[in-house]
Amino acid sequence: MTGSSRARGPRTLFDKIWEAHLVSETPGRASLVAIDRIFLHERTGSVALKGLKQAGRPIADTARVFCTMDHIVDTFPGRSDETRMPGGKAFITETREAALEAGIRLFDVRDPDQGIVHVISPELGIVLPGATLVCPDSHTCTQGALGALAWGIGSTEAEHALATGTLRVNRPSTLLVRFEGTLAPGVTAKDLSLALVSRHGSAGGNGCAIEYGGSAVRDMDIEARLTLCNMATEFSAMTGIVAPDEKTFAYLEGRRYAPRGELWERAVASWRRLASDEGARFDREIDVDAGGLAPMITWGTSPQHAIPVTGAVPALEASGLPRESYDRALAYMGLEPGTPLGELPIDAAFIGSCTNSRLSDLRRAAALLRGRKVAPGVRAICVPGSMHVKREAESEGLDEVFKAAGFEWREPGCSMCFFAGGESFGPRERVVSSTNRNFESRQGPETRTHIASPETVAASAVAGHIADARRLAS
Amino acid sequence: MEPFRKLTAVAAPILRANVDTDAIIPSREMKSVSKSGLADGLFAGWRYTQIGGREPNPHFVLNQPAYRGTRILLGGENFGCGSSREHAVWALAEYGIRAIIAPSFSPIFFNNCVRNGILPARLPEGAVQSIAEDVAHDPQSRPVSVDLESQAVVAHGGACWRFELDSEAKQMLLEGLDAVDLTLRQREAIERFLSRDTAERPWIYLEPTAGGDR
Repeated sequence: MTGSSRARGPRTLFDKIWEAHLVSETPGRASLVAIDRIFLHERTGSVALKGLKQAGRPIADTARVFCTMDHIVDTFPGRSDETRMPGGKAFITETREAALEAGIRLFDVRDPDQGIVHVISPELGIVLPGATLVCPDSHTCTQGALGALAWGIGSTEAEHALATGTLRVNRPSTLLVRFEGTLAPGVTAKDLSLALVSRHGSAGGNGCAIEYGGSAVRDMDIEARLTLCNMATEFSAMTGIVAPDEKTFAYLEGRRYAPRGELWERAVASWRRLASDEGARFDREIDVDAGGLAPMITWGTSPQHAIPVTGAVPALEASGLPRESYDRALAYMGLEPGTPLGELPIDAAFIGSCTNSRLSDLRRAAALLRGRKVAPGVRAICVPGSMHVKREAESEGLDEVFKAAGFEWREPGCSMCFFAGGESFGPRERVVSSTNRNFESRQGPETRTHIASPETVAASAVAGHIADARRLAS
Repeated sequence: MEPFRKLTAVAAPILRANVDTDAIIPSREMKSVSKSGLADGLFAGWRYTQIGGREPNPHFVLNQPAYRGTRILLGGENFGCGSSREHAVWALAEYGIRAIIAPSFSPIFFNNCVRNGILPARLPEGAVQSIAEDVAHDPQSRPVSVDLESQAVVAHGGACWRFELDSEAKQMLLEGLDAVDLTLRQREAIERFLSRDTAERPWIYLEPTAGGDR
């Protein structure tokens, strides 16, 4: 089906944004799609800027290109350009030089707005409803929460976007994931993401543009929607998107790069049309009873290996996995079938990352930590997603709650979601983490990662073993 | 970019599902702002006996003499998932891999392959298994053939499978095209779009930075 034939009938939100950005269509070729915003970071953006310079190609429109330092930058208090990773400093200094030379907006190590790209872009109103945004980072789908078409690309495609203001893209298929119902207390957007991937597999949304809808999504605040969309890439999707609504507009109004005055009114009038039409057809649909979900946590080495936090390591047959994958995951994680996850002692707890490092995440974790202590022997770390989040949290005294409980309170960055900054957890250490990937060695060589909500991480840190936050709260 | 037409080469199986780009090249192996110097870090966590070391792990398939000269990988579902790092593909290309045959690929990894002259060919899991079994008898004397023009994979035993590939990716690979050059030929269409869109969505178009926005 071509774009023009779709245009005659009811259209999905995706269709509307796609068609508004079509520069040209050539039979037998990918569509040429206009890109409104390009974000770079020091790990994969640096090499794109360098490649562009070596090819002698200028940036088409520098005003719409942004760059931050988040991946490799150190997160210890009093940080500088130095990193714990050998050679890491060069990524920072080379990115700075390239960004300054190119004349793009850079949120540098000491900038009061520095932070993780997918935290600061919404905070600063850089991502907008109906816009296209790309970044050489797989979690760019996070920003679909604002009603933008935002997706992750490689560095070569980033060079293309920088040089031409466009990308060559094959139109993806569409998938509607409808979360209906009211979330039970203690169940969060993170749990919805994990439940979806656990039911349909980590390739279940392969290549799709997902629209997240249903009453549970409409009820979510913007930060929860960012968490939900964040893990579309863990479902192998191109991106996830939520239709913008009054909450979206209220969130964006007054942010630095959002339109103002008469332009704001015009923009909002246009954004109000950004919803799937009644009767619009999706290539696939998935329904999830969100009211029936429990807090989730992973037991294995893929986000799809997720079960309710009250559950036990599944037997082979119940896991739905081929024997080799199952055995390998169990061996890596040091687990036996049938072991209740709640019996597993932990070595570390981590709250941070583009998934769960925003103010609301920190508030919910702090509410559980107030007046409590991290269990002896557990290393606990909290890394706010941005300088803005950090300042807000400190003004509310959340930093004191974390520190009094025994958490390290860090400077913003991706930090130990992975070990690009050279810092890692130890071999065979068991970590409960509010991040998005529990791959082998993701958080450190042979480190065993269990991903879950910030609530579950906080409760587990206090208990010293994997714990159900609902029991701590009650 | 080197065009891809036809390749007959040793194929090595890494058939587990969800081989992620952290596994293809760990963070610690991405040591400089560069697209090269990455081949030694390819599959470092599996390929060497120690983290950060360079002593080959004899159990890892690419270290086995039978698979010397591998240029084709046989993969599992969702191959290349995880981080968008193109370093994974640069490392594969530098090592000599020109084609990967798997049931599905992560979309970003798939695009990165195409832009670096590596053919990502999707075949059903059963077909990939069959090819791996055919190869396993003697990888050196039972190479696999991949023909992009006819979109076919042929095992040494003669079994043949056709794979689907979008025509954009096929042309890019066949001709070794630089996508930026191709797109810049459409400069006029881009200019037309921008003049229309600037009027329709003026809020998208920002002023260049003058060195401070606050």
